[in-house]
Amino acid sequence: MSSLGEGALADEEVETAGDATDGGEGGPDGDARGVDDGAGSTDGDASEPGRDSGPTADPTLAVRGLAVRYGETVALDGVDLAVGHGEFVAVVGPSGCGKSTLLRVLSGLEEGFEGDAAVDGTDVREGGSDDVGMVFQEPRLLPWDDVRGNVAVGLPVGVDRDDPAARDRVDDLIETVGLDGFAESRPGELSGGMAQRVALARGLAYDPAVLLLDEPFSALDRLTKHEQQDHLLDVWADRGTTVALVTHDVEEAAYLADCVVVLGGQPGTVEAVVDVDADRPRDRTDEELLAARREITDALGL
Amino acid sequence: MATTRETERTGIEAAAGVLPDADRFRWLLGLVVPAAIVVAWHLLVATGVFAAHQLPAPLRVVETLYGLGASGELWGHVAITVQRVFLGALLGTSVGVLLGTLTGLYGLADDLLDPLLQSLKNIPSLAWVPLFLLWFGIGEGAKVLLIAVGAFFPVYLNLSTGIGNVSEELLEVAEVYELGRFESLRRVVFPAAVPSLLVGIRGGVGLAWMFVVAAELIAASEGIGFLLSDGRVLARPDIIVGSILLFAFFGNLSDLAVKEVKNRVVAR
Repeated sequence: MSSLGEGALADEEVETAGDATDGGEGGPDGDARGVDDGAGSTDGDASEPGRDSGPTADPTLAVRGLAVRYGETVALDGVDLAVGHGEFVAVVGPSGCGKSTLLRVLSGLEEGFEGDAAVDGTDVREGGSDDVGMVFQEPRLLPWDDVRGNVAVGLPVGVDRDDPAARDRVDDLIETVGLDGFAESRPGELSGGMAQRVALARGLAYDPAVLLLDEPFSALDRLTKHEQQDHLLDVWADRGTTVALVTHDVEEAAYLADCVVVLGGQPGTVEAVVDVDADRPRDRTDEELLAARREITDALGL
Repeated sequence: MATTRETERTGIEAAAGVLPDADRFRWLLGLVVPAAIVVAWHLLVATGVFAAHQLPAPLRVVETLYGLGASGELWGHVAITVQRVFLGALLGTSVGVLLGTLTGLYGLADDLLDPLLQSLKNIPSLAWVPLFLLWFGIGEGAKVLLIAVGAFFPVYLNLSTGIGNVSEELLEVAEVYELGRFESLRRVVFPAAVPSLLVGIRGGVGLAWMFVVAAELIAASEGIGFLLSDGRVLARPDIIVGSILLFAFFGNLSDLAVKEVKNRVVAR
């Protein structure tokens, strides 16, 4: 728990979550639910669909009986997951439990898997992943292009990157991730944390219906991490994006997510689903967050 | 303690200030040995260790080249050779880019073409000459084609490998952000393969100079290679050595040019 810059950050949170929560005192509807063996699934029955999902019954992300094998190794086995529209779900678990594999399946990068994985009712193998953006664990920037060009890679299909509006948007995003002044720098000139933020801006530029984030803040110092977490919450609230965030940081998971899916074991299975009911805007020291963290930590078996 | 650190820093700064200057003239060291060889060469001929009809004195070579240049004869030879190398390298590079892209991008094309091309590349340049003479006569076409064969392989091999080795991670980025076939080629695959392509072109231009000698030695009435064989026929070692020096000069010049382009593009 950091006391570093808490005050300043809390201010931002207020603005942030102001729009995030629409009415309901429970924060954005906790309808993300790992429909699994129910091992650690805490309170909260599957509540009704989220704030603006309308009448659709389909969860935005629907995973059923997912199993992924790499040769002899089974990365994931029997994973079920349902994330409602506009939901923020965090996936935590020890290294090698298949967290990243889960995101790869959802982003359409993993072809050979068993079970079902669908986005908005469309199988990811049949184009369901088209409107899914992904921020990889590594920055994966184009080394020959500058920051602006790299962020522009994320611009949606059909947007001309030389269009003034698109350029402004890219520059805004560069500023949002705190890299103004570096638009013309090349990835080789950036630190690891800066490169990670360029990758984040690229993911945000895509403005997808579903944003998958694979430990996007892992290389950031604590203060920057908190800033970027709050920016992410801003964007989430603003765009109504459904977010799935993989992290090994329990504090981060509890602070950001409506619902935390704990993966564990080898092969990875859903160990528990922990709802985080704390009101938004959240305070990082909120009792409920602390309770949620304890619950997640227990589920991890730490 | 503080003083020591202070001194150290000043020392480092001083060193940093001096080194770039020293580095700037460092390339001059590369001229020392060649200069010594020329001096030794001159002395060995002047003292009669080598007979002048076998190895001419350095100055004699310079005189001969100057004479050829002054009479205008030299420029015709140089121009036609440079033209052949240029056209041959251009043709070979173009076909290399085409086939390299094809095999780099499509597994089927690679399976079909690569084994054949890999084995053809091991055929020595001179082995092609009789066949090319038979097919294309002794005209310019045969020479340019022969040079193109030489320039083709390095370009093809490097580009094909370069495209095939584009980082899987970056391709996944292109896939996730739905760049589409054309955009991912333009933004990711080709830029990633540019360094390999330039390495290939550099090798290709080098081989073009080797192949032009093969072409001109055997069937030509002008060109630096012709000058070379003419020197042998006329028993003029000064012309032979002069021609070799010309090849060295132009070969280096073109290599430097390609290297410069490569440095600019890649270091961007």
